Amino acid sequence: MSETTLGGIAGRMPRFIRRADPAVLTAFACIVLLLFLGSLYSRSFLSPEYLLQQLKVASFLGVIATGMMLVILLGQIDLSVPWAVAAGAMMACAAAAYGPVGVALAIPFGILCGMLIGVVNGIGVAYLRIPSMIITLATNAVAQGLMVVYTGGFSPQDSATGAMRYLATGFAIPGVPNAVIIWALIGAAMVFVLTRTSFGRTVYGIGNRERAAYLSGIDTRRVVMIAFAVSGGLSAFGGVLLAGYASKAAQSMGDAYLLPSIAAVVLGGTSILGGRGSYLGTVAGVILITLLQSILSVMQMPEAGRQIIYGVVIVAMLLLYGRAPASR
Amino acid sequence: MKDWRYWLAEQRGTLLALGIFIVMFVIYTSNHPAGFTANVVQTAANKGVLLAFVAMAQTLVVITAGIDLSVGMIFLLTNCLASWLVVGTPMQTTLGVIAVLAVGLLCGALNGAIVIYGRLQPIVATIATGAVYYGIGLLLRPFPGGSVNEDLADALTGRVFGVVPASIVVLLAIVLVIWVPFSRSVLGRAAYAAGSSETAAYMSGVPIRRGKFAAYTLAGLLAAIGGLFLTFFTYTGEAAYASGNSYTLFSIAAVVLGGVSLFGGKGSAIGAIFGALAFRTIGDLLFVFDFDPLWQPLFQGVILLVAVSLGAFALFRVRNRLEWFL
Repeated sequence: MSETTLGGIAGRMPRFIRRADPAVLTAFACIVLLLFLGSLYSRSFLSPEYLLQQLKVASFLGVIATGMMLVILLGQIDLSVPWAVAAGAMMACAAAAYGPVGVALAIPFGILCGMLIGVVNGIGVAYLRIPSMIITLATNAVAQGLMVVYTGGFSPQDSATGAMRYLATGFAIPGVPNAVIIWALIGAAMVFVLTRTSFGRTVYGIGNRERAAYLSGIDTRRVVMIAFAVSGGLSAFGGVLLAGYASKAAQSMGDAYLLPSIAAVVLGGTSILGGRGSYLGTVAGVILITLLQSILSVMQMPEAGRQIIYGVVIVAMLLLYGRAPASR
Repeated sequence: MKDWRYWLAEQRGTLLALGIFIVMFVIYTSNHPAGFTANVVQTAANKGVLLAFVAMAQTLVVITAGIDLSVGMIFLLTNCLASWLVVGTPMQTTLGVIAVLAVGLLCGALNGAIVIYGRLQPIVATIATGAVYYGIGLLLRPFPGGSVNEDLADALTGRVFGVVPASIVVLLAIVLVIWVPFSRSVLGRAAYAAGSSETAAYMSGVPIRRGKFAAYTLAGLLAAIGGLFLTFFTYTGEAAYASGNSYTLFSIAAVVLGGVSLFGGKGSAIGAIFGALAFRTIGDLLFVFDFDPLWQPLFQGVILLVAVSLGAFALFRVRNRLEWFL
C-alpha cells in the first residue's frame, strides 16, 4: 500500500516539475540564492533556529498576503491593508479593556472590524463599480481617520491579551511557533477554497473575465464582495498577531505591510490582472520578501538603503517574469 | 448641436469642480475670522497650489488609463533635494532649480520606461519606484533640515502687486507652459487616445508609446515643481513617509473631484487643479468651524469616500447590465 503511494508520488514528480509555473520556480530559486548569499555573510544564517525565526516573522506577512492574493486573483487590489491591519490590532487591544468578556472576544472583534472595512470595499467595488484601487484608498483614509479620533492622537496604551501573545509567540507543538501553524492552517484553507470549491473556481473565472462569469450565471458581485471581506478580515487578523508579537498595537504598524504583501503575491507569479496564480507561489513570495528584509537588516542597512534595494529588487524580479504579454 | 454645447459637455467635469471650489471657498472665507483679505487668500493659495501641482501630475498619468502611486514620493524626493541645492547666489540657485526639475523629469521618465517598455502594471511598478524615491529622499535628509534661497522663496510665495498670490501666478504660468501645449500636441492627443482605447489608437497609427512616455515624464516634472514649492514654503526638506503617502492619496482625490475619469481618456488638468483647491478648502473648513483638528483625517477620508462614490451615479445611465462588467 505504502509502496504504491510512494511509487505514485515518484511517478508524478517529473510531471509536477514540468507543470510548475516558471515564476514559482524562479521565486524558489531566488530563495535558495538568498540563503546562499546569507550563509556567505554569516554562518548562523542556515541554523534551524534562525530559519524558524524567519518563518515565524514570515507568517504575519503570509496571513496578510493570503487575503491580498484572493483580491488580486479577482483582478482587483486592496490598498486598505495598512489601516485594516492597524484597526484590527487596535480594536482587539481596545476590546481587551472591557473585562473578561472583552478579553475573550478581543480577537474576533478585531477581525470583525477588519471585515467591516473589507465589506465597505466590497460594496464599492462589486455593487457601485468603483475601481478597487480608489475605493480601498478611500476606506484606508477613513479607517485611519477613525483610529486617529479613537486614540485622540496618542499611541494607545492598551496592551495585547494573553491569547494574542500566545497565538503569535507561543509553542503549542514544541519547536514549531504557533504563528507558523496558523499560517499553515490559513494557507491550507485557502488552497482548499481555491482548488476544491466552486467559490474558488469562480474567483479565477472572474479574474479572467467577469463578464463571462456573469453570463455563466454566477453572482459575481457577491463573490467579489466576499473576497474583499475575507481580505479585510485576514489583514486585521495579521494585525492581531502582530500586536501579540509586539505586545501592543501602534498606529503605523500596518504601513510596512502594504508593499510587501502586494510584492509577495506578484513575485509568486500571480498575475496582477487576475485569474492566474497559485498559493504555492504566494508562499514563495512571502518567504522571499522576508528573507530579503532579514538579510538587509542583518547587514545593518539603514532604512533608506533598505527601501531603495527593496524597490529595485521588486522591479527587477517583475521585469524577469511579471511582464504583460507584448500587445498585438 | 451648437459648438458651445459640445464645449460645455466636454468641460462639464472641470466646470463642476470650479463650482464646488467657489462654493467651498465662499463658505470658507465668509466664516474665517479675518474674512476675505489678501492674507487669507495667500495662505489658502499657497496650501492649495502644492496639491494642485501634484494633482496635475497625477492627471497626466490617469489620462493614459494608468496611475502613478509614486507622485507623492517624487514630491518628497525633490523637496529633500531642493533643500540642498536651491541655495547661494542667484546663479547657483538657478542651477539648483534646474537640477531639481531634471531629477523630477528623470523619475517620471523612469516610471514611464518601466511601465511602457518594461510592460509592468502601473500600480505595482509605481509603488516599487515610489519606495526607491522615498529611500533616496531619506538618504538625502535622514533628519528634517536644510535651507533654501529665501529671497526666491519669499518672492514666489508672496504677493504680486500686493494682492494676487504669487503662487497662483506661477501655477497659471505652468499651466500655460506645460499643460496647454501638451494637451494640444500630437503627443497629448496620443496620451488621451491611449487612455480611451489603446487598441483603437494603435490601429489608427497614433504614437501611443511616445504619448504615454511623455505623460509619465511630465508628471515627474510637475511633481518636482510641487516639491520645489514645498521647499519654498517650509524652508526645509523632510522625508516624511506619511506626508508623501497622503499627497499621493489626495492627488487621486483631487483628480476625481476634478472630473478626470480614472478609466482614462477623459478630463483635464485644469479640472484637477480646481479639484485640488476644492479638496484643500474642504479640509480647512473644519478649522474655521472650530472643530478639533483630530477629526481632520476622518473628515478628509469621508469626503474622499463620498467623492469617489459619486462616480457610481453613472450606473443609472447603464442600459445593459453587461456594461457593469467592463
